[in-house]
Amino acid sequence: MSEVRLQSVRKVYPGGVEAVKGVSLEIADGQFCVLVGPSGCGKSTLLRMVAGLETISGGTCSIGDREVNEVEPADRDIAMVFQNYALYPHMSVYDNMAYGLRNRGTPKDEIDRRVREAARILEVEPFLERKPRALSGGQRQRVAMGRAIVRKPKVFLFDEPLSNLDAKLRIQMRVEIKKLQRALATTSIYVTHDQLEAMTLADQLVVMNKGQVEQAGAPITLYERPMTIFVAGFIGAPPMNLLDMPATGVPGLSLATPVAGPVTLGVRPEHLELSAEAGALAIDLTVTAVEAVGAESYIYGALGGQGPEIIVRIPGRDLPAIGTSLRAVARSENLHFFSRETGIRLN
Amino acid sequence: MEKRVVFNGRLLPYLLLAPQLLITLVFFYWPAGQAVIQSFLVQDAFGLSTEFVWFENYQVLFSKPDYYKSMLTTAIFSSLVAFFSLSIALLLAVQADRHIKFAAGYKTLLIWPYAVAPAVAGVLWLFMFQPSLGIISQAVRVAGFEWNPLLRQDHAMTLVVMSATWKQISYNFLFFLAGLQAIPKSVIEAAAIDGARPARRFWTIIFPLLSPTTFFLLVVNIVYVFFDTFGIIDAATQGGPAKGTETMVYKVYSDGRSGGDLGGSAAQSVVLMVIVIVLTAIQFRYVERKVQY
Ligand SMILES: Nc1ncnc2c1ncn2[C@@H]1O[C@H](COP(=O)(O)OP(=O)(O)OP(=O)(O)O)[C@@H](O)[C@H]1O
Ligand SMILES: [Mg+2]
Repeated sequence: MSEVRLQSVRKVYPGGVEAVKGVSLEIADGQFCVLVGPSGCGKSTLLRMVAGLETISGGTCSIGDREVNEVEPADRDIAMVFQNYALYPHMSVYDNMAYGLRNRGTPKDEIDRRVREAARILEVEPFLERKPRALSGGQRQRVAMGRAIVRKPKVFLFDEPLSNLDAKLRIQMRVEIKKLQRALATTSIYVTHDQLEAMTLADQLVVMNKGQVEQAGAPITLYERPMTIFVAGFIGAPPMNLLDMPATGVPGLSLATPVAGPVTLGVRPEHLELSAEAGALAIDLTVTAVEAVGAESYIYGALGGQGPEIIVRIPGRDLPAIGTSLRAVARSENLHFFSRETGIRLN
Repeated sequence: MEKRVVFNGRLLPYLLLAPQLLITLVFFYWPAGQAVIQSFLVQDAFGLSTEFVWFENYQVLFSKPDYYKSMLTTAIFSSLVAFFSLSIALLLAVQADRHIKFAAGYKTLLIWPYAVAPAVAGVLWLFMFQPSLGIISQAVRVAGFEWNPLLRQDHAMTLVVMSATWKQISYNFLFFLAGLQAIPKSVIEAAAIDGARPARRFWTIIFPLLSPTTFFLLVVNIVYVFFDTFGIIDAATQGGPAKGTETMVYKVYSDGRSGGDLGGSAAQSVVLMVIVIVLTAIQFRYVERKVQY
C-alpha cells in the first residue's frame, strides 16, 4: 500500500516566509491527486516536502505506513518529474533512465529489460543512444517520464511537467499521462496551474490558496459545490459571475426568494440563459461585448445598464448587437451564495 | 528611442584601440620578434661580434642533458601545482556552493592570494619555511622532521609547489564556484531522488558537468606554472639547490642573464613560446566547441 498522508504540514522558509500553513490531505493508494492554485500559493513547496527536497517545519508526512519526515529522498521510493525535465545532460537517454536503477544495484539485465520496456511504452526507443540536447521538448518530457516509471516507485510526483510544451502537445501528453497512471495504478501528486489539466486528470482535486487548502474533492464536486468564493472563482472558464449583494438589493437583479443580509451571489456563465420568463434569478443587462468561439459564444453585459460585468454563455453564433438590453435567468440549483465576510458557502 | 551614442568618423575606433595595441606591440610582439632573431645568432664572449648561425643554438640546446632535466622539473612542478590547486579549489568551491549564505565573505578571503605578486608569495613562503627562523620549519622541527629547502631538492620543490599552488587556488576557486552554480539545481535533486548519495552524485553528475571548467582551468594553470611562477622560484629558491627547481622559464633567465648565453636563452624562449601557442590552440579548439559531454 502506498497512500500518502499529510497531517498539518507546515513549511517556514529560512527568512520567515510561511509557504505552507498546515495542510492535511489523504491521497489513497493509486489515486491521482492534483494540486492547483495561483502562483506562489505553496504547491511546489508542498510537493517538494513529500519528495524530501525540503525539510518539513511542522506536522507529518507519511508514505504507506511509514512516516518520512526524516527520510532522505533516495529512501522514500518516489519519482519526480520536473518542469524543466532535469535530465542529466551528459548521459544518453538510456543512461538517464538507467541511472536510478544502477544506484540501487539492480542487475544489469533487469535494468536493460526495464529501460527498454519504458522506452517502448513512451515511444522513445529510437533515441536511446542520444543525448538530451538532441531531443525536442516533447521527447525530453517523455524521457523524464521514462526515468520516473522504470523505477516502479510507490509515488509519482509531477511539478508542472507540461508547462514547457506547446498547447497541442500538452493536450496529447495530458491524455498519455492519465492513461499511464491508470495502467500503472501508482499514487500520484501533480502540480499545475492549468485548470483544464487539473479538472481532467484529477481523482482528487486540491485547490490551494496562500499556503492552505481551500477545498479538496472530486473535480466535479468542486465545480458544482465550491465551498468558498475563492474556489468558485478559480474553477471554471470563463469564471463564475460573482456579485456582491448588499441587503438593499441590486438594481437589475431579482431573486424569486430574496436572501437576507449582505451576501455574494455566484452563477456560472453556462448556467445563465437568455429568456423572457422569470427564473429563480433574473438579471437585466446591456450587451457591451460579444465573443464567438465556435460552438458557443460569450456575451459580456453590464448589470442593469451600468453595474458590474456579467458573462453569459450561449450555444451557437446567433449574437445580439452591442447595446441591446437582454434578460438572463438561472435556476435555483445553479445559484451559489457565499458570506461576504468569510467567503464561505451559505447554501 | 535611440539610446546608443553613435560616433562618426573612422579615426576614433583606431584611437581608442591604439594604447592597447601599442602596449601589445612594444611589450609582446617586439620582444618575441627579438627573441626569434636572437635565437639564430651567436655572440662572442666579449660581445664584440655576432654571427648568424641558423639552428645551431637549437642543436646545442637539445643536445644538453640539463635542458631535458629542466623539462622534467617543469613537468613535475606543473603537474603537482595543477593537481593540487585544482583539487583544493574544487573542494573549497563545493563547500562554498553548499553554504552559499557565507559565500561572500568566504569568497573574498579566498580571492586575496590572487592579488599577491608572485615574488611576494615566494618571499612569504620562504619566510615561513626558512630552515632556521621560519615558523613552519620550527614547528616541523619540533615534530621531529628536519626541514631544509636550502639543501634538499625535494624540500625546495615542495616549497615552490606550495607557494605556487596557494596563489592559484583563488582563481580556480572562482571558476569552479561559477561552474557549480551553473549546474541546474533540479538536476542534482533528480539525482538525489534517483538514489545517488552525495559522493556518488559528485562523481557521476557534478564532476562530469564541470569538465569544461576543469579543462579550461587545467590549461590556464599549466600556462601559469610555465611562466608566472618565475617570481616565486626566483624569490624562494633561485632554481636551486643544485638546479633542483630550475624550470624552463627560470633556465631562460639564468642562462641568459647569469650565464651570458643570449643565443641559447633566446632559443629556449622560442621553445616556450611554441608550447604556449600549442596549449592555447588546444584550449580554443575545445572551449570554442563547448561540447565536453
Ligand atoms: N527557497 C525559498 N526560500 C524562501 N521562500 C521561498 C523559497 N521557495 C519558495 N518560497 C516562497 O514560498 C511561497 C510558495 O512558493 P512555491 O514555489 O511553493 O509556489 P507555487 O505554488 O509552486 O507557485 P508557482 O505556481 O509559481 O510555481 C512563495 O511565496 C515563495 O516566494
Ligand atoms: Mg511551483
